[in-house]
Amino acid sequence: MIKSLLSGDAPGKPLLALIVCAVVICLALAPFLFPGTRSVDTAARICIIIVLVASYDLLLGYTGIVSFAHTMFFGIGAYGVAIASSSMGPGWDALALGGAGGVLVAAALAFVIALASLRVRAIFFAMITLAVASAFGVLVSQLYTITGGEDGLTYRLPQMLTPAFEFADFRLFGVRLDGRLLSYYLIFFSAVALFLVLLRLVNSPFGRVLQAIRENDFRAEALGYKTVHYRIVASVVSAVVAALAGVLLAIWLRYTGPDTTLSLDLMIDILVMVVIGGMGTMWGSVLGATIFVMAKNYLREVMGAASALTSDLPLVTDILHPDRWLFWLGLLFILSVYFFPTGIVGKFRRSTQ
Amino acid sequence: MASPSVPVLETRDLTIRFGGHVAVDAVSYSFRPGNLVAIVGPNGAGKTTYFNLISGQLRASGGAVLHKGEDITTLSVPDRTRRGIGRAFQLTNLFPRLSVLENVRLAVQALRPGAMGLFALADADAGTLEIAMGHIARCGLADRLDERAANLSHGDQRKLEVALLLALESEIVMFDEPTAGMSADEAPVILDLIKSIKADTGKTIILVEHKMDVIRSLADEIMVLHNGQLVASGEPGAVMGSQVVREAYLGTGLH
Ligand SMILES: Nc1ncnc2c1ncn2[C@@H]1O[C@H](COP(=O)(O)OP(=O)(O)O)[C@@H](O)[C@H]1O
Ligand SMILES: [Mg+2]
Repeated sequence: MIKSLLSGDAPGKPLLALIVCAVVICLALAPFLFPGTRSVDTAARICIIIVLVASYDLLLGYTGIVSFAHTMFFGIGAYGVAIASSSMGPGWDALALGGAGGVLVAAALAFVIALASLRVRAIFFAMITLAVASAFGVLVSQLYTITGGEDGLTYRLPQMLTPAFEFADFRLFGVRLDGRLLSYYLIFFSAVALFLVLLRLVNSPFGRVLQAIRENDFRAEALGYKTVHYRIVASVVSAVVAALAGVLLAIWLRYTGPDTTLSLDLMIDILVMVVIGGMGTMWGSVLGATIFVMAKNYLREVMGAASALTSDLPLVTDILHPDRWLFWLGLLFILSVYFFPTGIVGKFRRSTQ
Repeated sequence: MASPSVPVLETRDLTIRFGGHVAVDAVSYSFRPGNLVAIVGPNGAGKTTYFNLISGQLRASGGAVLHKGEDITTLSVPDRTRRGIGRAFQLTNLFPRLSVLENVRLAVQALRPGAMGLFALADADAGTLEIAMGHIARCGLADRLDERAANLSHGDQRKLEVALLLALESEIVMFDEPTAGMSADEAPVILDLIKSIKADTGKTIILVEHKMDVIRSLADEIMVLHNGQLVASGEPGAVMGSQVVREAYLGTGLH
């Protein structure tokens, strides 16, 4: 049963399995293990980013397609919910309609981009996605009346998903049983389901063909595979899952704006997370996303503490100043690529052979 | 089965130019079903290019390729493979970071209907697995199942190249110097395979090969290419004795 859920693709080495299990357990119990708005918020973001990174890995790691439009699809899902909820008012119908609309638009757009450019060279596809994503960003900021422009949209969701809703008037392990908790678990279980679907996909005959295309598309064609079709399906599936991750983000934040969904910074973060975790391993996205989001959210604090501890050592305390956190994040990235060129999961798996 | 009078494959004035250089020059030939045709000629004669024109990796500048009487000159590579024209490559051309089993399984599943689900488990398809294992064993790679293709020795890579072709189970089977660079004790594995393909089915085999003894024992017909032109063709004995071949081919000092 578990084997089939994991598509026979367990993390592998015991230590790796242990780390992945620990991450999953922490995320599953986050509201109880780490109560507090900030830590639960971090956990929810990790769940969403794992799905986003895993869906990008389907393209980059498994199929060998470089796309810069992934955050655009993420944003389309989020804006679907945001626009529907702010124009129709809070309600499940708005949520469903907005989510479904966003996913459909993402799928259609991905299909058109893929059809128009995947036949040609890989670099051309990368450039087209960059151009379309930039144009989309401009469009969103121009269509102020619909999208809220640079300010984004703040909206309300069905009552059940808001902190004001309490579905039981006692506390469980000291945690309020409210709509916030419900939202968290909606996100957690959706993320688990989406991840397992992707895991199944990459271990299906279809997924094997994607890897064949990544390894040697010339030979894949000679075996009779119409590689363009496979590439198109892969990029549509990847866009749909990214849009669904966007829906989850829109539910969690109850705010959608260009910075949280469409920014090029986020696109680069996704690339970094895929590389840190290990390209072409779904489990890598779990580790990559967790490490990266944690580092981004907590590195400043850790450094602040370290800087205070070393206040006697003038140069050291300077280097550890919280404002230098981006430098350290970059250093961490360089080191991880140097020591784990195939990513963390790749490193673990290789050592078995 | 096509009747013997209709060639299973035919090229008519097949030509390709690279800039001013004519690499294949108006080659016309009819391949009859069930025959083994050996193509010989010095390096640079255009043998691999002729293969590329038949299997679709290159587009002809002129002339036509016909499969069972139908013009396939503009068909894509996968479409030709799906019609039953399979080939192996002279320069090893594998999926380097996938295992031997995965390489062969990909070739098996390519043309098996129903083996292509998005949500099926690849490892759970016993039928595909069994066929793949059969081809792997036939090519003498059974003990290298989980090795990545990139880590195989040159000889084993050549065997895997042949295993991928076998797995396609195509009606027309094209080998491009299958034993090139193989050691003397490895080459017979491949040659025996070609022999058994020839023996147990009515498959049409096209073989680029330099070794004359191999050609003498295997070939039903020989094509001699020189500077992109078909300079002689026919029964092995007659062709190899002819003056033009001695000059064009044997005279160039191969062997
Ligand atoms: N893609 C190409 N572009 C330019 N010239 C090519 C190309 N492919 C082959 N040729 C030329 O065509 C000629 C025939 O090459 P090839 O078919 O590989 O010979 P053979 O297989 O008989 O040794 C050679 O002169 C080669 O340089
Ligand atoms: Mg050649």
